[in-house]
Amino acid sequence: MSMDRIVVAGASLGGLRAAEAVRHEGFVGDLIVVGAEQHFPPYDRPPLSKEILKGEWEADRGRLKVIEHLNADLVLGRRIVRLHHARSEVELDDGSRIGFDGLVIATGAAPRMLPSIDVTTPGVFVLRTYDESVALREALAHSPKVAIIGAGWIGCEVAATCRGYGLEVTVVEYFPQPLERTLGPVMGAWAAEVHRSRGVDLRLGVGVKGVTGEGSVERVELEDGSSIEADVVVLAIGVVPETGWLEGNDFDLDNGVLCDETLRVLGTDNVVAVGDVARWPNAMFGRVMRVEHWSNAVEQASVAAHTLVHGAELAKPYVAVPYVWSDQYDLKIQYVGTAGTFHSVLEGSLEADKFVVGYESDGVLVGALCVNSPARMIRYKRFIATHPQVENISANLP
Amino acid sequence: MKITLNLDLCAGHGQCEDAAPEVFTVNDEGLVAQLIENPGEEYRAKVEDAARRCPADVITVEG
Repeated sequence: MSMDRIVVAGASLGGLRAAEAVRHEGFVGDLIVVGAEQHFPPYDRPPLSKEILKGEWEADRGRLKVIEHLNADLVLGRRIVRLHHARSEVELDDGSRIGFDGLVIATGAAPRMLPSIDVTTPGVFVLRTYDESVALREALAHSPKVAIIGAGWIGCEVAATCRGYGLEVTVVEYFPQPLERTLGPVMGAWAAEVHRSRGVDLRLGVGVKGVTGEGSVERVELEDGSSIEADVVVLAIGVVPETGWLEGNDFDLDNGVLCDETLRVLGTDNVVAVGDVARWPNAMFGRVMRVEHWSNAVEQASVAAHTLVHGAELAKPYVAVPYVWSDQYDLKIQYVGTAGTFHSVLEGSLEADKFVVGYESDGVLVGALCVNSPARMIRYKRFIATHPQVENISANLP
Repeated sequence: MKITLNLDLCAGHGQCEDAAPEVFTVNDEGLVAQLIENPGEEYRAKVEDAARRCPADVITVEG
């Protein structure tokens, strides 16, 4: 089959880098990039809860760089509502259709919602786009009481940013500790102390019933019967992959679109997926995973573009030790690897806020939490790739 | 190949060292340091990969 036109669905980090990568792989045909957001170049997302929300960066600094000779047709402010795979067409929200020979799925993820909270209520915010970050920043300028629902990476970063503004902040988390799903209960307790000691009121292990108020939000009602006064509520309970438009094509869409190890969507020979939306078997850990990190989208874009342009015979597997970072207060938090069980403090001390903690699975080191230790992190990334046994690990550290 | 590093932007992500360990390292202050001043063409693919993978846009490759 000749590859004359490639459509990239999604114009954020993964889509943009995939578009660049298909050019890098030598594709000279029509390249069409469709994105739901109007801004181009798109805004990078990590600064939206930090530098942009803090007002530290002028707007354009938050935009992604784009290579000079991308030579792509951009279709912005349009959503793809359906993939007609048998016809090799995507259908847009204005009813138009675009045919393709190759397709990159890079539609990312959308904030997870709570059925009990109407996010159009004045004072209620989610944080995924540049416009949402600016809207939240403007609201924070009026010295509100802030309640954050969800103590994942975004919730914790927004809490830190709000404390930086000197605001009263309460964080509600359903799990017993903040960041527990990523860092586990032991280091979750450390994260709780990080936020408490800097003045955040944490309400842990409790669900949210809803929000109340006259005209705008005034209170968050919790399932234990208590409530929190709040003029600003940020809903930050994670994201769900944007796969609704792929339904009806016999793809496996359970928690992202299922790909093979080369990021080709299963059941296709001309569709690949990258970033938050893609689930693939990562041979590094022998697990099928979906990773929402910045670096994952960038690295997958290169591999997926290679798979799409050169075909199955030349395709290479994407084998990775994932990397994610978070900046909270004066802490540079970096995690390499995948989720595991707390093993031990490998270096430094928690009291000094400078340490490396190891995580294991079946006796093998699979993850390392590095705090204020950037020079060590990349050594651990390589170390984890060698599948080190945790037994006697202190004698074998990188 | 000429490489320019904007150290003001560097946040110690270490992705450059991961991509091109012969050319870049992260020092104890958590900042990128260059191990080869003007790397030869044999490193181009790795250096370009390092630039692309840097979340802070620290690395510019010229020529």
